[in-house]
Amino acid sequence: MLGCGILRGLIETGRNFCGSYYDPARLTTVQYPEEKLAPQENARTIPFLVYDGNDPLAGLRCTACTICELECPAHCIKIVKDTAKKPDYLGKMQFQPKVFDIDIAVCMSCGICAEVCPFDSIKMDRVFELACDHRALVFHRTDLAKSNEYFRQIHPLEAAVVDASRAEERRKAQARKASSPVPAAP
Amino acid sequence: MNALDQIFILTQRWLAGLAPASVQPLVKILLIIAGLMAVFGTCFALTTILERKTLGRMQNRFGPNRVGPFGLFQPLADGVKMLIKEDIVPFSADHALHFLAPVALTVPIWLAFAVLPFGRNMSAIELDAGILFFFAIGSASELAVFLAGWSSQNKYSLLGAMRAIAQMISYEVPLVLAAIPVLLAASSLNLPDIVQAQSGYAFGWAPRWYVFTPWGLAGFVLFLIAATAESNRCPFDLPEGESELIAGYLTEYSGFKYALFFLGEYLGLFAVTGLAVTLFLGGWQAPAKWLEWLPSWGWFAAKFSALIFLFIWVRATLPRLRLDQLLHFAWKFLVPLALVNLFVAVAWWISGAWQFPAALAIRWLLCAGLLAVPYVWLGRALKSGKPAQPQYSYAE
Repeated sequence: MLGCGILRGLIETGRNFCGSYYDPARLTTVQYPEEKLAPQENARTIPFLVYDGNDPLAGLRCTACTICELECPAHCIKIVKDTAKKPDYLGKMQFQPKVFDIDIAVCMSCGICAEVCPFDSIKMDRVFELACDHRALVFHRTDLAKSNEYFRQIHPLEAAVVDASRAEERRKAQARKASSPVPAAP
Repeated sequence: MNALDQIFILTQRWLAGLAPASVQPLVKILLIIAGLMAVFGTCFALTTILERKTLGRMQNRFGPNRVGPFGLFQPLADGVKMLIKEDIVPFSADHALHFLAPVALTVPIWLAFAVLPFGRNMSAIELDAGILFFFAIGSASELAVFLAGWSSQNKYSLLGAMRAIAQMISYEVPLVLAAIPVLLAASSLNLPDIVQAQSGYAFGWAPRWYVFTPWGLAGFVLFLIAATAESNRCPFDLPEGESELIAGYLTEYSGFKYALFFLGEYLGLFAVTGLAVTLFLGGWQAPAKWLEWLPSWGWFAAKFSALIFLFIWVRATLPRLRLDQLLHFAWKFLVPLALVNLFVAVAWWISGAWQFPAALAIRWLLCAGLLAVPYVWLGRALKSGKPAQPQYSYAE
C-alpha cells in the first residue's frame, strides 16, 4: 500500500539515530586530528631521497643521472650535476647532485620517479600533513634527504628487497675485487 | 492562572510601564516584535545546528562538533562567515529587484507569526480572520521567490523559480483544504478560538484535540505533507535541486542575502508548524488534566519541537521527487483526499447524534473506511499510470 515504504524508511533512519548514540561501532568517522588511522604500507604522497649512513649529503644514493627529471610527467624535478664525484656503496666513483629540487605544489604523487630510479635512491614518502602558511613549496635536497632507516620503517617490504639486492651486489663486487688481483699478479 | 504561565505578558506589561504613558502602546508592540524576533531567531540558529547533527546521526555520522561544546556555536560561525562574504550581484541583474527579493521573502513570514497563539493570551494580535490572514500573507512569499528568480537574469534561477511557483501554488490548495474541517468544527477563523474549541477532555481523560478524530488525523497528515512542500523542504525541495538546477532561485545570491533566504525558509517552516500545532494538536493545551500546571507556552514549544523533529526525520529519510511526480501527487492524490476528508468530517458530525451503545467505535470504523477506500484507490492510480512519453519536436 502507498506509504508503507515511507514508514519502513522512517524506521530505518530512526534506528540509525538511536543506535548511533549507544553503539559506537556504527559511527565509522575517524576524527582526524585527535585520532589517526594506522598508516598503510602502500600509501604514497611526495618523493624523498634515501641516504645511507649518518650524513644526509655524503650518503645520498642519488647519482644525478636525471632519469627521474626526464620521466616526471609534471616536470616538477630539477637536477643540476655537481662536478665533484663521490664513492657509492660499491666503492665506485659516481656523480652527485648539486641541486635536487622538487616543486611539491606541482608533484602529483604518481610515483613514476621512484619506479624508474635505477639506484633505489628516490622513493615515495608517506607524510601528508604538509599544509603551511608560506609559499616556499620547492623542497631542496636537504629537505628531501631521509635516512634508509626511515625508508625501512615506512615501507618495510620494499626496503627489505632493496637492502637484500644491494647487499648481494656489494658481496659480488667484493668477490670480484678479491679475485681480480690474481690475474693481475703475473 | 499562575504567574509562570503568564510570565511573558507580565514582563511585557512591567517593561512597558517603565515608559511614559503616551508611548506605552507603541512600546508594547515593539516589545512583542522584539520578543518574537529574538525567540524565533534563536530557534532558527538552534534548528540549523540540531538539524545538521540529527541528519548526521541518522546517517551514522557525528555531525558538526568542532565549534564550541558539542559544536553548539556552529550557527555563530556560519553567521560570521555569511556576513563577511562578498555580496556579488550579477552585472545584467535587475539590481533593485535583486536586492528586494530576500527582504520581500522574510517580511511576510515574520508577519505570519503575529496571529499564532503561542500560549494562553499570547498572540501578538487577535484577528477575527486570523487563519485567513495567515494563508494570505503566507502566499506572498511566492511572489518573492519569483522576484528572486526573475531578477537574477539566469536560466537556472528562472527555472527554479518556475518550479517553486508551480509547487507552492499546487500545494496551497491541499494545505487550505486540510485546514477547512477544523474551521468548520470550531466555527471560527480566529486562532485563539480554535485552540479554545479543543479544550476539555472526553471521558475525563482524552484531550479533545482535532488530531484525535478520523478527519483530524487525516487532515493533520495532509496538512503536514502540504506544509513540507510549502516550505520547500526535502523531499519536495526541487526548486533548489542541486543536481539539475545548481541552487534554483538562489543561484545568484551570496553572502547575507543568501542567509536571508535560508532564514525565510526556516521561518516559513516554523510558522506553518505553529499553525499545525494550533489547528490539530490543541495549540497550547496540556495533554492531560494533571499536567496543566506546566506553562501553556511550554506545551506549545514541546509540540512545536516534536513536529520540527519529524520534519528533520523525514528529510533524512526520503529522496527528492521528480517534478511531474510532485505535481501528480498534489493534484491527483492530496487534493481529492482533502475533499473526501471534508465529507468524512461531515459524516462524523452527523453521526454524533447516534445514541446506541458502541456508537463511537462504529463512527470511527465508518469514517476510517470512508478515508481508507479512496486512499488505497488513489494510491493505486498514482502508481499504475505509465509516465507520459516525452514528445520531441526537433531531436528525433
